[in-house]
Amino acid sequence: MESWILTIVTFLPLVGIFLILPVSRTKPNLVRQIALGVSVLTFLFSLYLYFNFDSATADFQFVINVPWIKSLGISYFMGIDGISLFLILLTTFLTVVSILSTWTAVTEKVKGFMISMLLLETGMIGVFVALDLFLFYVFWEAMLIPMYFLIGIWGGPRRIYATIKFVLFTLFGSLLMLVAIIVLYFLQHSYTGVYTFNLLEMYKVVLPYGAQFWLFYAFALAFAIKVPLFPFHTWLPDAHVEAPTAGSVILAGVLLKMGTYGFLRFCLPLFPDAYQSAIPLISILALIGIIYGAMVAMVQKDVKSLVAYSSVSHLGFVMLGLFALNVQSVQGGILQMINHGISTGALFLLVGMIYERRHTRLIEDFGGVAKVMPIFAAFFMIVTLSSIGLPGTNGFIGEFLIILGAFKSNVVYAILAALGVILAAIYMLWMYQRVFFGKVDKPANEKLLDLNLREKLILVPLVILIFWIGLYPKPYLSKMEKSVTSLFELAGQKSQALENNPAGTLISKTLNVKQYSLK
Amino acid sequence: MFDYIILIPLFSLIGFLLNGFLGKRLGKSFVSWVGPGSVGLSFTLALKLFLDLLALPADQRVIESITFPWIISGDLQVNIAFLLDPLSAVMMLIVCGVGFLIHVYSIGYMHDDPGYARYFSYLNLFEFSMLVLVLANNFLLMFLGWEGVGLCSYLLIGFWFEKKSAADAGKKAFIVNRIGDFGFLLGMILIFITFGSLNYLEVFETAPVLLDVGSGLAVAITLLLFTGAVGKSAQIPLYVWLPDAMEGPTPVSALIHAATMVTAGVYMVARCHVLYLLAPFSLSVVAVIGAITAFYSASIGLVQNDIKRVLAYSTISQLGYMFLACGVGAFAAGIFHLMTHAFFKALLFLGAGAVIHALAGEQDLRKMGGLKNHLPVTFVTFLIATLAISGVPLFSGFFSKDEILWKSFSQGNPFLWLIGIITAGLTAFYMFRLFFLTFYGQPRFDSHRTHPHEAPKSMTIPLIILALLSALGGYIGLPESLAGKNVFEKFLAPVFEAGTHLESAVHTYSHSTEYSLMLMSIAVAFIGIITAFRFYLKNPVAAEKIKTKFATTYRLLLNKYYMDELYDRIFVKPFLNLALYFWQFIDVQIVDGLANGSADFVAWCSKVFRKVQTGYIRNYALSLALGVVIILTYILTR
Repeated sequence: MESWILTIVTFLPLVGIFLILPVSRTKPNLVRQIALGVSVLTFLFSLYLYFNFDSATADFQFVINVPWIKSLGISYFMGIDGISLFLILLTTFLTVVSILSTWTAVTEKVKGFMISMLLLETGMIGVFVALDLFLFYVFWEAMLIPMYFLIGIWGGPRRIYATIKFVLFTLFGSLLMLVAIIVLYFLQHSYTGVYTFNLLEMYKVVLPYGAQFWLFYAFALAFAIKVPLFPFHTWLPDAHVEAPTAGSVILAGVLLKMGTYGFLRFCLPLFPDAYQSAIPLISILALIGIIYGAMVAMVQKDVKSLVAYSSVSHLGFVMLGLFALNVQSVQGGILQMINHGISTGALFLLVGMIYERRHTRLIEDFGGVAKVMPIFAAFFMIVTLSSIGLPGTNGFIGEFLIILGAFKSNVVYAILAALGVILAAIYMLWMYQRVFFGKVDKPANEKLLDLNLREKLILVPLVILIFWIGLYPKPYLSKMEKSVTSLFELAGQKSQALENNPAGTLISKTLNVKQYSLK
Repeated sequence: MFDYIILIPLFSLIGFLLNGFLGKRLGKSFVSWVGPGSVGLSFTLALKLFLDLLALPADQRVIESITFPWIISGDLQVNIAFLLDPLSAVMMLIVCGVGFLIHVYSIGYMHDDPGYARYFSYLNLFEFSMLVLVLANNFLLMFLGWEGVGLCSYLLIGFWFEKKSAADAGKKAFIVNRIGDFGFLLGMILIFITFGSLNYLEVFETAPVLLDVGSGLAVAITLLLFTGAVGKSAQIPLYVWLPDAMEGPTPVSALIHAATMVTAGVYMVARCHVLYLLAPFSLSVVAVIGAITAFYSASIGLVQNDIKRVLAYSTISQLGYMFLACGVGAFAAGIFHLMTHAFFKALLFLGAGAVIHALAGEQDLRKMGGLKNHLPVTFVTFLIATLAISGVPLFSGFFSKDEILWKSFSQGNPFLWLIGIITAGLTAFYMFRLFFLTFYGQPRFDSHRTHPHEAPKSMTIPLIILALLSALGGYIGLPESLAGKNVFEKFLAPVFEAGTHLESAVHTYSHSTEYSLMLMSIAVAFIGIITAFRFYLKNPVAAEKIKTKFATTYRLLLNKYYMDELYDRIFVKPFLNLALYFWQFIDVQIVDGLANGSADFVAWCSKVFRKVQTGYIRNYALSLALGVVIILTYILTR
């Protein structure tokens, strides 16, 4: 089980596709049930990771490493640590939620939709578990295809524009990253004499600053587009507004995290010195994102694009945390990735629910909804509070740790970030007021039905998570602590080594990776 | 026994969950039992713990009860843990006691409201958050309560959310408070970075060792924390939300916006007195802001016509007194006034609620009058509260306010005292103006349609209890100059021990100075009352005359110095325009324009180069010929 579990979690959704393929297109419900069943099963398997995760070690766990294309040094190498663990859980959890959310929302080409969702799930999990750069890149690109279809086929009126924009932005970044990966591969050879894409082997090589610089920015651009960091964010509102609800949930909940995850998994340990020299630049872009994103969100007319811009602001917090480089800020950043997945995922679900009823998302079309849909209003309020970081909810823990950590490294950054906390309250509560409060003055809103059982079932686990993380974040923080500190140690050692030998070198025995092999 | 501290807030939380989830289904009588009942349980337990605390020797009355670790990250370790000491015990009793009475009152007041269960669930959630705020043993948990009460305030101000003004007021309250919390959050972080802990006892123990008196760090921390207090306790310049908060149901105004939540800022400053004493500059800021706010909002209160708004400005003014006390280092006096104010201001609001209830929702003083005989219980209790707030001797407000005035003279400076005593006169005037306009004179409401009637027992009994407290509550703080023992100050003394050196530092005044100042404040109170009597009872024409004579001043006061309009013009509007500019110009035109522009550029290039491959033979022949000519020319002319 130990070494097989990641393979199972990653490829189980793919198996689901083969189960769906033979089902007749006239039985959409069967398709839905299979997809749901498979995603639930995947989620349950991923829980095994949570319960068997050893938080006492910084080593990668559940590792599997078998040669794949031996002549090129490519291997099927997977493993997780405290950073990827929760992103995988978030992925498997949100996939279940998204599939449930499409039950009545997606009625056309259900089969294709579910196949895309499951393919997407495999791609996303793969990105988080891959420890071989080649393998990582395969998953990274594979994920684009189903997302392209999800927006392009099941999206809104401007779906073609949005999906092409999304793909072009992402491709542009990933091509540069591909070049960087290949350069890295040859550099690795020149230092060690071995051709390999093994990430942990690459961790051991200390590159000269010049190489670090260019490679860092090649990777960083790809990740910055994904995050998205200002000014690479304009694909996001378009993609969100046009994407179907499930697509938005996955896009905001998981896909954006691949950018932030990339910075931690690749940029920091591979190019620690370039990473540190980029702190002012990235922090300032992150801060612009926080404040600018919030202000632009404030004046949006469409609830969904408001939530999309709020993501720019929230992800700015995450980036600020990752680049403040201390335990609190990075832990806060990772936690905030999870929090954003939960809260913003929930917001998109809620927006989807009202859209299904009213076929509009314009704020001005609503008003007084709390009167006709009190349960919906209550759920929306809780998620809003989580999104604005009210203490007691998950959002507060993440933001507090990030601001605290940022304060340690740069007071001005912390002050500006704290301004973002005020702005979040403004744009969310103003929107909430216009949608839910006041009189029901539009006839179309008078007969809105409150949430049904399925919708409540979707939202309840999200609300539980909001309060669980808000009141007892210990299980989360303690599981990621070792991984974060060892990441700092590694980066520190490499910086030290570079100081001693500016031409680059090899550090050994820094990482003690248990290399399981299959017999 | 002290391990059960957590139960005090927990009862209310359970009440919130029961009412929130089941209240609507199980009906009104269930809600009426659970809502007040849970707070009653809290109060009983609080009383028991208070007695246990009293049984301990004075220097051992500091009890910490750690429940479980909350956030652990690197060197940051914060627990869900509680602290019971004389200060938090006083706050706890006020919050539970006054809270319980207002819950009972609400049974009658909210009886016909369709949102009955929702109302009580919010009110319970408020009790929970407020108790967490006052019982927390560290800053972060206090912040949880702090934001929690802010949330409940938001929800309850906007309780009748179909009314736009109510929803607006709720949002305004939340956002203005968030601006204050921005300071609180940063102050808290600075505390952690300076002291490596967020636990009160640890911070206050290391602070005098680590920081010198007057050090910049101490000033920064305390001013940042004070920003939070200014927001929550509605002081200049962040007071603007409180008058609007009167949109909420009246018992809410009594509980949240008079007796408890708005005093959280005072509690916080008192709790952090160790830090403030290290920053004399911050203390002066606290005192000056308090004094100015006290006077400023009392002046607005003089002319308002909405019964609840007068009381709201009065609350802001009284909170100013409390900060004035803290600012001159008289923390115990501040907390003493906080307590007596909780009694008489809650009573005033509840009395106003009974009046509004009797007049079917009318809040305009100009449409009241002559209610004395219709509402006898309300009349008498309201009179007691009015005498208390006006500083008439023997009533609770007299002792607490006089204590503050005396301390601001002896420990502060005469100028602060002067502002304080003028404000005391204004207070007596506007309160009796309100009182006469409501209960005396000719009825100005439509007596054919409205038949005022006394409120039900559930409402009058809380009024009577609060009236007793307003009348007698001052005697536990009877100063030594009046042959009292000042039990209250002695009880709090262990908490504020660090502050006592300040008193000995300033020169001591004789009792005769204290007596003459006391006589002056009594005189001022009576002048205020008599003026109100002349203008609003004996000779209403005189009031009109003054109004026209000082028309500009009157309009300025009536429109609250146009502060809301000013804020709107210099903050809200420009900010909104900037946001629109960011979106419509920077985001759409520039950032996205660049992205789309580069795509368009590629498309344009393709369009141009496409002309090269048209498929027409003659075009190809032409370009071929041209090429040949160019090459030949080049070769031949070389």
